This record gives sequence, structure tokens and C-alpha cells, in this order.
Amino acid sequence: MEIKERIREFIVENCLFGDTSVDLTDDTALLDTGIIDSTGVIELVLFISENFGLEVPAEDMLPENFNSIARLHAYLEQRVSVS
Amino acid sequence: MQFGTHVLQLDVEAETNHIVTLMRQIIQQDFRRRGAVVGLSGGIDSATVLGLAVRAFGAERVLAVMMPEKASSPVSEAYALQLAAKFGVQAIKEDLTAGLEGLGCYARQDEAVRSVFPDYDPAVDKIKLVLPGDLLERGSLNVYSLSLTGADGVEQRRVLPVAAYLQIVAASNMKQRSRMLMLYYHAEQRNYAVIGTANRNEHAQGFFVKYGDGGADIQPIQHLYKTQIYQLAHYLGVTQEIIARTPTTDTYTAECSQEEFYFRLPFEQMDLIWYGLDHDIPAADVAAALQISPQQVEHVYRDLAQKSRSTEYLRAKPLMVR
Repeated sequence: MEIKERIREFIVENCLFGDTSVDLTDDTALLDTGIIDSTGVIELVLFISENFGLEVPAEDMLPENFNSIARLHAYLEQRVSVS
Repeated sequence: MQFGTHVLQLDVEAETNHIVTLMRQIIQQDFRRRGAVVGLSGGIDSATVLGLAVRAFGAERVLAVMMPEKASSPVSEAYALQLAAKFGVQAIKEDLTAGLEGLGCYARQDEAVRSVFPDYDPAVDKIKLVLPGDLLERGSLNVYSLSLTGADGVEQRRVLPVAAYLQIVAASNMKQRSRMLMLYYHAEQRNYAVIGTANRNEHAQGFFVKYGDGGADIQPIQHLYKTQIYQLAHYLGVTQEIIARTPTTDTYTAECSQEEFYFRLPFEQMDLIWYGLDHDIPAADVAAALQISPQQVEHVYRDLAQKSRSTEYLRAKPLMVR
């Protein structure tokens, strides 16, 4: 499954309680709409660690990295290419 | 007139009279209670509320209750006693340590801390929860780290996993909830009301414990920004030691300011930015008043909105479903 789809599936399952009726596009603002709160961010960090083998350092926990599926995907790609 | 700190300036005499009048009306006429119980922490908010309660009901109808537990700073009790003496209020002490031990508060908290720091020794190590301190510069997210300072003074910080974070908070919230039940014991024993001490910052941003310090009959300073509480405190004659003290959580064993734990900014900056957000002031105008960049103001606007949104549950009353 593509990375974006795996992230989307995680968010739907964990942050939207399985509600697939929400229009969750690549660019939906996850933080600004309240889909993900600070607890959701930590859960996402754990998900990334367990599924992509990447430890997200505290200094990378920024809105520009977490506010949409597209941004999260871009961040992961950048981190993978660096490491 | 240009936007600036004057917008937060109170007419302290008028504000005091307004609050005191409403306190009398609500507590005596509406609730039919004969006086007030205030949990006195040794901090600025409860000190100010004590001053207001004394003006509303007279010192003889106000009871101050100090409720330390083993993580509380001893200086808090000393400051509280000094203030109660100055205001002529009876102050009693209820040490909650044994009760909290019975509830498993400390054991549950320690278990969660050890899941992050396996060698944690509560007898010598000091802990606190902290948020990143770079809100203005980077707008970082509200992700908690656990700070542990060992006997050698060396501090380690680790980002808290969800399960550990939730367990530490759930355990430490027992402290505020135990205080609420103790306040209601003393209030009911005297036919008094419990006066809450939450300010606007705490209430709107969710820095309180539901059915803990959020559990009270009236919240007389909940509409005021923190910097306005200081204005009232000066006017009411709160002791200088309390006014000069850095606001702390007084919840974890390591000294922890409210700025580190939750607010992430000095109150002087936060209140003005918050006022700007509340009143639709352009970020550029707020930035000019504080001599920071509009982007920094936007970082705080976003943080305030996020905290307010994510803590709506705390402010919600039990909802009837029918």
C-alpha cells in the first residue's frame, strides 16, 4: 500500500474512529480542523516509528510536517532520503 | 489609539466592586450559602480570590484550606499562611499525601515514569512534564516531554509516549480531584460555597482538571487574563512574596513553571496576543506592540486556537441524551 494511503488509513481508524464519510484529502488541514490533536501527533509519531522505522525527533514536530497527509508524506520522503 | 498593553488595564476598584457584588448575590441570595471556602495554594490566583472573598463576605465567613501533598513546595504553605494571617482569615491544613497514597496516585505515576526511564527512583529523582519552549520562533506542536533530574543534577528529557503521558496525567489529576472533595467537605460542614480560582487563561486553554480545580460553585476571576489578576492582587493587598513568585504547577517533584508546563510564553506576551485573537486584531498590530514578527504572533494564535479546541471536553457540562 502506498505511504499516503497507510497514513490515511491510520488517521481514519485512530482519529476519526473509522468514520470514512469525512472527506480526508491529501491536503485536508489535520491540525487546524482538529482531526489530529497533540495526542494524535504522538500516536502518529509512534505509527511512523513502527511502520516506517523512522524516529521523529522533537524538533521536527511542527505544523509544517504534520498538518496534512501530503506534508507528512513529504516529510517522510525527505527523512528517508537523508537517512 | 495604537494597540498596546493599555487594553488589558483594569479599573481595579470598579472591577473589584463588580465581582464582589456578584459573589454576594450568587452565593448568598441565589445559593443561600453563608460563606466561602477557598483552596489556598500560595499562588497568585487563589490569593486574589481569597482577597475578593474577604471583601464579599468578611474574613469571619471565609475559610482558607491549604492542601499540600508530598510533591508540594514547602514555601507554598508558608506563603499561604502569611496571606491568611494578613487577611485575618482562618486557615487550616489538610495534608493529602496519605489519601493520595491510598488511591495509588504516586504508584501509578511512578509506574508510568518507569516505562520511560526504567531506573527512575522517586526517592531521589525529580520529574516534571514540559512542552517545547520555542512556540514563538517555530510554532512547534504541543507534544510533552518527561524531564527527569537525578541526584547528580543532570537532566534528561524524553518525548512521552501516549500511554505514559495519559497515565501520568490521570494519576496526578487525583491531586486536584482530592482537593475538590476536601473543599466540599469543609464547605458542606459550614453551609458555605466553594470558590474557584481558575483564571481566563486556565479555563479557556484547558489548564485545569475537570471535576478537580474546575469543580467549584462560582469562578470569580475566570473572565480575567493573568496579567489582570496581578493588577487585582496589588489592589487587594496580596503579599509581595506571592505577587513576585513565578507561577508554578506545584504538582510534580521538580520545580515547574506554568510557562514550561502549558502556556509556553510569558504571561505579558501571551495575554496581549490572546486579547488580539479575541478581538480580531491583525497579527501585524499585535506584533508591533510586542516588537516581534507577525509570523510569531500567528504561531501563538494557532496554538491558542488549538488548545481551546482540543479542551472543549473539559469545559463541557454533563450532557443529557434524550
